[in-house]
Amino acid sequence: MTPAITIPPRSNGETTIWIKGTRKGLSITLGEGDWSELLHELDLRLSQADAFFRGSQVNLSTGKRDLDQTELKELMDTLLKHDIKLISLRTGSEAAAEAAQSLGVRLGLPEATLDQTAPRTSPEEPSEGLLLRRTLRSGQSIRHPGHVVIIGDVNPGAEIIAGGDVVVWGKLRGMVHAGALGDNGAVVCALELTPTQLRIGTHIATSPEEKKSKGIQPEVAFVLNGRIVAEPWSGK
Amino acid sequence: MAGRAITITSGKGGVGKTTVTANLAVALALLGRRVTAIDTDIGLRNLDIIMGMESRIIYDIVDVVEGQCHLLQALIRDKRLPNLHLLPAAQTSDKTALSREDMIAICQELKADNDFVLIDSPAGIEHGFQNALAGADEAIIVTTPEVSAVRSADRIIGLIEMNGKGPGRLIINRIKPAMVRRGDMLDTYDVIEFLAIELLGVIPEDEAVIVSANKGVPLAFEQSTQASQAFHNIARRILGETVPFMPIIEERGGLLNRLRSLFRFP
Ligand SMILES: Nc1ncnc2c1ncn2[C@@H]1O[C@H](COP(=O)(O)OP(=O)(O)OP(=O)(O)O)[C@@H](O)[C@H]1O
Ligand SMILES: [Mg+2]
Repeated sequence: MTPAITIPPRSNGETTIWIKGTRKGLSITLGEGDWSELLHELDLRLSQADAFFRGSQVNLSTGKRDLDQTELKELMDTLLKHDIKLISLRTGSEAAAEAAQSLGVRLGLPEATLDQTAPRTSPEEPSEGLLLRRTLRSGQSIRHPGHVVIIGDVNPGAEIIAGGDVVVWGKLRGMVHAGALGDNGAVVCALELTPTQLRIGTHIATSPEEKKSKGIQPEVAFVLNGRIVAEPWSGK
Repeated sequence: MAGRAITITSGKGGVGKTTVTANLAVALALLGRRVTAIDTDIGLRNLDIIMGMESRIIYDIVDVVEGQCHLLQALIRDKRLPNLHLLPAAQTSDKTALSREDMIAICQELKADNDFVLIDSPAGIEHGFQNALAGADEAIIVTTPEVSAVRSADRIIGLIEMNGKGPGRLIINRIKPAMVRRGDMLDTYDVIEFLAIELLGVIPEDEAVIVSANKGVPLAFEQSTQASQAFHNIARRILGETVPFMPIIEERGGLLNRLRSLFRFP
């Protein structure tokens, strides 16, 4: 499974954490270092990107590190604090696998080597995009740390939460959060921009009612002077 | 050759799944195909009533699953069409009496002796819907031209896609031509444009549907009304025929308009 996008690792002394978006969802890899420091660092990283992670499900990799039940529980509590659900644990340690099973955590397929968890994209270029060619329907949700491009419509009841920009080559009528990792400079463009709700970075806007019936043209939305505004998408 | 199992589903309740299942079963049977309809609305069965078979039920689908009888014993044959059967739902058990594996096994067995197995799905997106989908090869989504029904249809189509059986084809039921003409109702084009799936047909609002349901003789037995004509057209489209869409009711959603909309320039 190739990572679609990687948030560059930030090293804090000995600890390293990788957060990746893959086709199968989000994954977090915890590297070497002191466990409690690592958890503290994770807590910090998640706090910084709270809007992005809230309500998400992640797969976790802990390499060959031995973990007992208490340690794993600590980790799950840290995730839970940010409303993140742990759906599987990938581990090379028998002790950690046992701890996971007794806590009812599904085991992911073991990775061949720990090296695979190294980021595929270089830290200087963290914005690899996710391209989807389909209609996003009510109840469907896309969560991706980089840019998201949809060729198709985003229907009401569907949501996109992206760390970067969101481009919809179609009608955008659902919910979109661009720059969800805290980037107020992100943009959202659509051929028809009538989202039920639009969020960019820390800002929120709802579609004005009257717009829905007026002449429709491609638009781009961005934050200007602390407010979300939309402009004709001239492609300049 | 094994037949096709098609589930008829909607998300929102009361939009006409059971009506469509009964009438398509009759229309396909009248065209000489071997058809079995399955009612999977456990606890709320009514396909048997609409098909006029209620008094002849001895065993039901839960009896089959529990091994009380053989599948063939539970099938009720239509009095006029020997190639049309119904597998009724249970009225007394609750919906957990049936599993996905049960449905797969039942559909598999029925497909061997039928050209079509039509599965009437219960409303909702939970257990019952998942069961109705489990044994199906494809899906027909029924909606009415109302925003709430269309939204539920969108949700259901997404779930059908996730099950690898999508996106399915669409039937729009209870269109009122006069309202569409006045612009007071979503028209075929609006719905298709929103859901972005293939249109199988449009059925007008017709009192005869209710009258025939009460009599237990599906409207499709006669060809007299526009609604029954619509059922027959849909049956023929299922068989792969190209049947032109009916004027006023269906035309705005026709292929031509769909193409036109794709190439709509400012
Ligand atoms: N085209 C139509 N014209 C007039 N009445 C209709 C039409 N289609 C369905 N009805 C009526 O609407 C009601 C609901 O139809 P039906 O029972 O087929 O819906 P359903 O989707 O199966 O409902 P449920 O979700 O409860 O199973 C019935 O009374 C039926 O007679
Ligand atoms: Mg019904």
